[in-house]
Amino acid sequence: MEIPADFQAQIDEAISHYPVSKRSAALPLLHLFQEHFGFISDESIHWIAAKLDLQPIHILELVTFYPMFRREPAGRHHIRVCRTLSCAMAGSYELKRAFCTSVGIDPHVVDHPHTGGGPHIHTSPDGKFSIEFVECLASCGSGPVCMINDDFHENVQPQRLPELLGRYV
Amino acid sequence: MSDAVITYSRPPHPRERRLIFRNVDRIGWTNDIDCYLADGGYVDLRKAIAMKPQEIVAEVKTSGLRGRGGAGFPCGVKWGFIKPDEKKPVYLICNADESEPGTFKDRYIIHQDPHQLIEGMIISCYAVNARLAYLYIRGEFPEGARILERALAEARQHGFLGKNILGSGFDCEIHVHRGAGAYICGEETGLIESLEGKRAYPRIKPPYFPAVLGLYQSPTIVNNVETLCHVKHIVRMGGAEYAKIGKPNNTGTRILCVSGDVQRPGYYEVELGSLTMHEVLQDLCGGMKPGRTLKAIIPGGSSAKVLRADERYKLKEKQADGTLADREIGIGDIVMDFDTLAAVGSMAGSGGVIVMDDSRDMVWTLNNINEFYAHESCGQCTPCREGSLWMKKLTDRILAGGGVDGDPDTLKNVADNIAGKTICAFGEACSWPTQSFVLKFRDEFTARSTKAIPAATSPEYLAESLVADKAPEPRYGTPEPLP
Repeated sequence: MEIPADFQAQIDEAISHYPVSKRSAALPLLHLFQEHFGFISDESIHWIAAKLDLQPIHILELVTFYPMFRREPAGRHHIRVCRTLSCAMAGSYELKRAFCTSVGIDPHVVDHPHTGGGPHIHTSPDGKFSIEFVECLASCGSGPVCMINDDFHENVQPQRLPELLGRYV
Repeated sequence: MSDAVITYSRPPHPRERRLIFRNVDRIGWTNDIDCYLADGGYVDLRKAIAMKPQEIVAEVKTSGLRGRGGAGFPCGVKWGFIKPDEKKPVYLICNADESEPGTFKDRYIIHQDPHQLIEGMIISCYAVNARLAYLYIRGEFPEGARILERALAEARQHGFLGKNILGSGFDCEIHVHRGAGAYICGEETGLIESLEGKRAYPRIKPPYFPAVLGLYQSPTIVNNVETLCHVKHIVRMGGAEYAKIGKPNNTGTRILCVSGDVQRPGYYEVELGSLTMHEVLQDLCGGMKPGRTLKAIIPGGSSAKVLRADERYKLKEKQADGTLADREIGIGDIVMDFDTLAAVGSMAGSGGVIVMDDSRDMVWTLNNINEFYAHESCGQCTPCREGSLWMKKLTDRILAGGGVDGDPDTLKNVADNIAGKTICAFGEACSWPTQSFVLKFRDEFTARSTKAIPAATSPEYLAESLVADKAPEPRYGTPEPLP
């Protein structure tokens, strides 16, 4: 695994924020690795554990606990649609279905993402988009809301999708 | 700049009182430090640094400020747990893990007015003598984290943060720490575990307060974003003056986050106790959608108990002569403050008001809430880990048309066996919706739980068959004797 110098600098900076316990830097490092490599590989887990003087299980248990970390790459653009009550009342299930059909993902596979096993993230055949049905994104007054990569979008009615998805090429 | 010249892109309602949200949606307002300084920013920090830490704690106690995160615990009392001669380092954590469904106030503070929060945090650090503070922001706010990082760097450049703040000899450093999508990190001991680089398993109480043993086994103060912002205004106004806003024991302003079936959902900062539920819905939010009537309200985030539109509540009210008298009120008369909402059997919680009209199916609504809690249970305590999923499976089955006779009772039974049997308040948070929905909308649940209970299947072995002389043939035959 190749760690470029500027990435290494980011890692050291993150660790320096926790003078009392290096272990606290586990979450920030996982974020950095996911941003850099797109997902958390076994190699990354071992690297982070060694860096923080921990056992790999101490890192793996975080990856499996925190919903934002993934073990496989997502699409080039990752869509998160809010599933929780206020957004659902405003039509987030319809929005999620519209997203799926627009990017070529079977809409039914994403319906109940948290129960019954199966992957949480579904990627379009061309690998361009992936979709995840997530819990509350904390903008309940302007639902339905979604995030595409790090960008937040509110009041997303399905008719806006062609324009919205057109921004991510 | 005086308040008279402030113009807004989304003007506040005349019944609002903007304190924390004064700069939200303000035209010409940006989140950089120059804009904040031009508007009188960090003046309150200078004032605070000239005071003794104990004086600030006393002012906050006088102000009656109650925590805005959910429990409504008096902030000054929490701070008072820190001993003035504490030998261990003290930490302060800002809980910006806003994730209670229905709540969305912190997003606007962080995005549009980050320096207000940072100033409030530095003052609070000074008051409790914390030299190191963390701002725990939820992972779903990547933009918010970047804004805060930049704002902290600006504050550092201007000498408001770092070594020897404003020449006072007080050192303080604040770092942003990003969560990663787990609701349980909003629970303060779970948050501390997460900040220590572990799974966010809430800690066993006692000690009841992280102020006794918190981050790295040191005294730690955990406060909500909105609470820390209020501290800045308490320093500016003085505790006694601040306490004049609102009502006794419910002082200050509160940001109500209204979502659901109203004409104008959104955020409204009001004096605590100045409005009734009816006024919030009709005046602030413009009433229900056309042709619709109110069915139910969740008044304080999705874990608060639901209120039915046609319910009557009995309140004990203090009369002029000091005696208590009963008063019966409807849902519209409920005053939106901590005490009244608790008295009607729900809670003010985090200020997230979710409104449902007559088109809403209560089984569907509860199923949605249950799915949230089933996903977010951290898995540490069996009643909550298993129960939250059972409740979700039960409402799934009712919703899919397979509800059997007795399912509403089973739901209640499962919920009753979670609350009070877990390490943290998540147990209550996930059982209150089920308990209240099934109690208050029972007919909707029973109407769809009509299938007969299926006959019990016979067990794999009968008790007698396990007795030695009646033992069944070993499944793989008798083993051959060894040669």
